[in-house]
Amino acid sequence: MEVHITNYKRCDVLSIIGRVDSGTAPQFQDETQKLTQSGKYKLVFDLSKVEYLSSAGLRILIVTQKECKRYNRGEVLLAEVPPKIYSSLDLAGFTALFRFFPSVVDAVAAF
Amino acid sequence: MPSSLYHFEGRYACLADIAAVVREKSAEAGLQGDSINAVESAVDEACSNIIEHAYKGEDKGEIVLEVELISEGIKIRITDQGDAFKPEKIPSPDISAPLSRRKPSGLGLYMMRKCMDEVSFEFSPGCNTLTLVKYRDSGC
Repeated sequence: MEVHITNYKRCDVLSIIGRVDSGTAPQFQDETQKLTQSGKYKLVFDLSKVEYLSSAGLRILIVTQKECKRYNRGEVLLAEVPPKIYSSLDLAGFTALFRFFPSVVDAVAAF
Repeated sequence: MPSSLYHFEGRYACLADIAAVVREKSAEAGLQGDSINAVESAVDEACSNIIEHAYKGEDKGEIVLEVELISEGIKIRITDQGDAFKPEKIPSPDISAPLSRRKPSGLGLYMMRKCMDEVSFEFSPGCNTLTLVKYRDSGC
């Protein structure tokens, strides 16, 4: 799994590539924590190249969303979510907890 | 029906290889897209739980998959030699709770049960067996 980060004026985009499972989730968590610990709470997760998302990855999504939304200081937006990944999010009841966007550009513009 | 046996080291790096085997065998059993994804997810969650909870870390033991193509779909038995647990003691997550009350844990077993048509555990001294069954086109 790889995480590429692009810094924009209004937000930061994390492009996640590959499998997010129990082995790779800690790396994903490290990257998100680095951003939130440096005061960045407006995040877009580009999931277009995610092949698989396990409950370990879902845990990071929920923890990061809670951290970002605290004090209304930001939010995690999800962009370009493949149908397979959307099914996992739906199964876990996450679709009500995130805003979804068809493209990264649309998500960035929402901030 | 013939069954195939696969041995994996109990380490997270093996999860991708396990997923590849499970997807291939599920397709061989005649399962389609969403059902194949569901089996992959259930087996991945099961094997992750074995490494994290039964073995309490990587490289403590092996994970054995016995895959059987049955007339209705696929049956997978997953065996480990780690610590046993009581599935009935694991609470189901409240997936309708608002963000503030959403707990980040407990999703693995829940997803396993939602993805498969049959989930059963058997614990005997030194051997834990999880049996998962998925019927053709039953969805996730």
